[in-house]
Amino acid sequence: MKRHTVAAAALGAAALLAAAGANAQNIRIAYIDPLSGPFANVGEQGLAEFRFAVDQINKRGGVLGGRKLEVIGFDNKVSPQEALNQLKRVIDQGIRYITQGNSSAVAGALIEAVNRHNERNPGKEILYLNYAAVDPAYTNEKCSFWHFRFDANSDMKMESLTTWMAGNKNIKKVYLINQDYSFGHAVKKAAREYLARKRPDIQIVGDDLHPLGKVSDFAPYVAKIKASGADSVITGNWGNDMALLVKAGRDAGLNVDWYTYYAGGLGTPTAMGEAAAGRVKIIAEYHANVANNKAAKWDAEYRKQAPKGNPDFYFLRGKIMWEMFVKAINQAKSDDPKKVAYALEGMRHEGDLGEVEMRRQDHQLIQPLYIMTLQKSAARGGPKEARIDADGNSGLALVTDARMEAYTSAQPTSCNMKRP
Amino acid sequence: MEFVLVQTLNGISYGLLLFMLSSGLTLVFSLMGVLNFAHASFYMLGAYFAYQASLQIGFWPALVAAPLAVGAIGMLVERFGLRPVHRYGHVAELLFTFGLAYLIEEAVHLVWGRQAVPYRVPEQLDGPLFHIMSSAYPIYRGFMMLVAVAMLVSIWLALTRTRIGLVIQAALTHPQTVEALGHNVPRVFMLVFGGGAALAGLAGVIGGNAFVTEPGMAAAVGPIIFVIVVVGGMGSLAGAFIASLVIGCMQTFAVSLDWSLGGITIAQAAPVLPYLLMVLMLIVRPRGLMGTREG
Amino acid sequence: MRYRPLNLGRWILWGGTALVLAIAPLVFTESFALTMMTQMGTMIIFALSYNMLLGQGGMLSFGHAVYSGLGAYVTVHALNLVGKGAFPFAVSLLPLVGGLAGLAFGVLFGYVTTRRAGTTFAMISLGIGEMVYACVLMLPGFFGGEAGVSTNRVVGQPFLGITFGPAIEVYYLVAFWCFVCMAAMFALTQTPLGRMANAVRDNPERAQFVGYDTQVVRFLQLCLSAFFAGVAGGLSCINFEIVSSENVSAIRSGGVLLATFIGGVPFFFGPIVGAIVFIFFVVALSGFTKAWLLYLGLFFLLMVLYAPGGIASILLMQIPVIRARRFRELLLPYATALGAALVALAGLVGIVEMVYRLSEQGASTVLAVGGLSFDARTAPPWFTFALVLAAGLAALHFARRFVAARWNAIQHELAAR
Repeated sequence: MKRHTVAAAALGAAALLAAAGANAQNIRIAYIDPLSGPFANVGEQGLAEFRFAVDQINKRGGVLGGRKLEVIGFDNKVSPQEALNQLKRVIDQGIRYITQGNSSAVAGALIEAVNRHNERNPGKEILYLNYAAVDPAYTNEKCSFWHFRFDANSDMKMESLTTWMAGNKNIKKVYLINQDYSFGHAVKKAAREYLARKRPDIQIVGDDLHPLGKVSDFAPYVAKIKASGADSVITGNWGNDMALLVKAGRDAGLNVDWYTYYAGGLGTPTAMGEAAAGRVKIIAEYHANVANNKAAKWDAEYRKQAPKGNPDFYFLRGKIMWEMFVKAINQAKSDDPKKVAYALEGMRHEGDLGEVEMRRQDHQLIQPLYIMTLQKSAARGGPKEARIDADGNSGLALVTDARMEAYTSAQPTSCNMKRP
Repeated sequence: MEFVLVQTLNGISYGLLLFMLSSGLTLVFSLMGVLNFAHASFYMLGAYFAYQASLQIGFWPALVAAPLAVGAIGMLVERFGLRPVHRYGHVAELLFTFGLAYLIEEAVHLVWGRQAVPYRVPEQLDGPLFHIMSSAYPIYRGFMMLVAVAMLVSIWLALTRTRIGLVIQAALTHPQTVEALGHNVPRVFMLVFGGGAALAGLAGVIGGNAFVTEPGMAAAVGPIIFVIVVVGGMGSLAGAFIASLVIGCMQTFAVSLDWSLGGITIAQAAPVLPYLLMVLMLIVRPRGLMGTREG
Repeated sequence: MRYRPLNLGRWILWGGTALVLAIAPLVFTESFALTMMTQMGTMIIFALSYNMLLGQGGMLSFGHAVYSGLGAYVTVHALNLVGKGAFPFAVSLLPLVGGLAGLAFGVLFGYVTTRRAGTTFAMISLGIGEMVYACVLMLPGFFGGEAGVSTNRVVGQPFLGITFGPAIEVYYLVAFWCFVCMAAMFALTQTPLGRMANAVRDNPERAQFVGYDTQVVRFLQLCLSAFFAGVAGGLSCINFEIVSSENVSAIRSGGVLLATFIGGVPFFFGPIVGAIVFIFFVVALSGFTKAWLLYLGLFFLLMVLYAPGGIASILLMQIPVIRARRFRELLLPYATALGAALVALAGLVGIVEMVYRLSEQGASTVLAVGGLSFDARTAPPWFTFALVLAAGLAALHFARRFVAARWNAIQHELAAR
């Protein structure tokens, strides 16, 4: 124990020294996401994974022949205004890259602020790497040269999800419940449109919007879902809003199938318990039990050192983002955000689960997606491929239902990109 | 029918929880004239203490230990914080508790972090209590109601049937006389403040795992209990009880109504309703439902 | 016409303030300092407007952000309209729009809130604040929902080359408005209304006997205060170029209360000091430690307990002593007290930072102070810091007596003269 501590102390001191010495050389990336409040859990997950990814990159020699990357966390409390406050601080510190993902409301404010800053301060541009804010508008009418999205947008995910739902003849009545902000609205709109196109016989029996991160008791909403007679629920909820919703559903014995974006980790499987086995579907780009997983080693190594509260490797798109970022810097032979942005545009990249492309017209990453289900893990009598539990040891594990190739989810864009 | 029953039960259980909070606040206010801004913070402390204690000694001992610990903290706060500022008047006391609320929230951040903690319902209480047609009603909600009602009855008994209760009641209206009769009024104040904090702590123990235990929980419930105290009438326990149930049910039912008024459904307007009720009450009947004095 | 001597002291004071505002950015040139000073200017207006309620009118409000926030919302829409070319308006005058909006909402809400005084007023103001906050999220058409309303302050043709794009131009805009508002609010304290507000604060019954309607006085005072809060809101809108629900939130209302009280409620210039200290905590200290709010809260509580007149009262208390040329005798006791306080603070900060490092997931538990590094998971640093804290507190206890003894002696002699 003692030796352990001494070693940790020495390592920490070394890290501090190194940080002090190499600061000017490092390429710093500001991570502006919630590190406190109801979505802190999600924010911490991303930060831990990105720090891991950057460590790996640095161990392999960094970029541009030896320069290191460094991720610095800034807490935006999921507030657009606080995010801009933090952005000011980031700019004051001379950081030129930012990454953010949680909440499209924040992303919208950041895109506009980055646009304004870059217009007023030529030569000091900021580049924004978005790893999870999926409001479609940001790669359509509000697209920006300085913004790159590495997650499939909400419409792309809904396209795949409804394609899968269309094949399930047991679905008759669907209930929509979403958070009341731009992303929740996008999910709601796309769900209605796509279901009407693919399965006009499905009835939408309810459609709720609730405040973002403010509901502590979902029992009234669950009672409403129950009363509607729905057999399936579509929700884009994330963070506490997802975990609490399913927890309330379980308590009230709500007997529905959940079609979700974000129920695959971050506390939700634990909150649902084994009763959820087979009833919760998720659309995402990755899960730990995916077939032909070239990221398996990375995943296992991440788990070994993951912080206690966030045991899973969750953001494969984050890994892809870092790989493409490094590639772009090396290609541009510069850490200048403008040159890096030009190198990123249109880049094709061999990801761990197939080729991906950063589409040039709108800066949207086109990547394969998976429909997956939470099943009892193999250790508890579930299917054989349910090897690795979600959430550490929730007793539930993710299993693939279908792989959706990249081109199947791609959507046309209305983006009219202005390049500097 | 099933729906209405379930929602009513949900509303009542939420209302009872609110009452557990507002009762302590209103007791302290009526006795000491102190509007305790940190009251909801004691609620949060109760939840966190119970979480910590349930890891070590289990839920049931924590159910007793956590409120006692919160009560002890409350007494210390009264003795070493409120009493010294008493000479500067009520505004200073209010400001003191306001600062205390900040401090407690930050202390919680420091000790337990900024994320929610996994404070869970004990296994014995996890599961359906009974079924209303096809809807399960969780045991834990029943347990919440039971604790709240037990608490209500014991406060009432303590205030009306015990010696200290009579002294408290007398000190409410005639502190000088009670002091002249040889009772230690400052100590009564300390006990009442500690008691109020302990009640909030108890609410935290059972509310923390029913909902979420996170650093924002105090700020989320704080304004609502202020509304309850104003609507019920400053210093009236019975008023607080009625107002708690009304607001609990109102918020529960508002969620389920899809009536639309000028593009806004009642469900969307749910968070505003308690405050609207308060403003209306202040215009129509400024002393509140059961209040005896104005302002 | 009464003979009025030229109040030289006052001219020097105001002239000095203007000079400080003008040359501050030339002294502190980093962009970080500029960010901070711009926010300080806005906060000074906001805190002074708050003190029109608390200090001058005796109204403790927990919902003052409503007026600055709604002022900011109206400003942002006005700015967006100007940007679309709907009507021409100078950006530099937009804070007036915010002020008028603040005034309008002051009239609306003030009618309900100022019917009562004291604790009830405090609670109603809290309720109104929460109501407005909830409404902001409920009406996304005007308030923009979660995302708020974004804007661009660079609109129209540049006037004398000023576009308000660069931060320095925004600073000078804020400084200008800050000075104007300071002067206006000071002038208001000298008017009959300002004097009546004081009377209503101190003894409402007597004020009523003299023939004043206390409710009307409170109402007028609140409306004017809301106007200046609205100006502050308008400036923050121009500075941040976004207005969201946070602008009207309880956090903002609480913040302005903290700032005002720390600075000193009984004095006109108290909130100015308070705003500067507060923004320093919020902007500068928060960059160093996540526990900044804890330190701020602690500071506030100490103020409530030991210096209810705020920093300003501590400063002003020294003036008679300095006039009597006796301040030198206090230097030693003050130095002792300050030293003891710093020691205690070091112990406290050490413990708080260690607690924090242990609780935050993924944080390194190793702290480094001036070349020394130690691990929070080991016992020795805990003992050391606890010891330092205890020693500091003990020393502070004695230093306080030392200060009190000298102070009382001096006061005694001064009184005897």
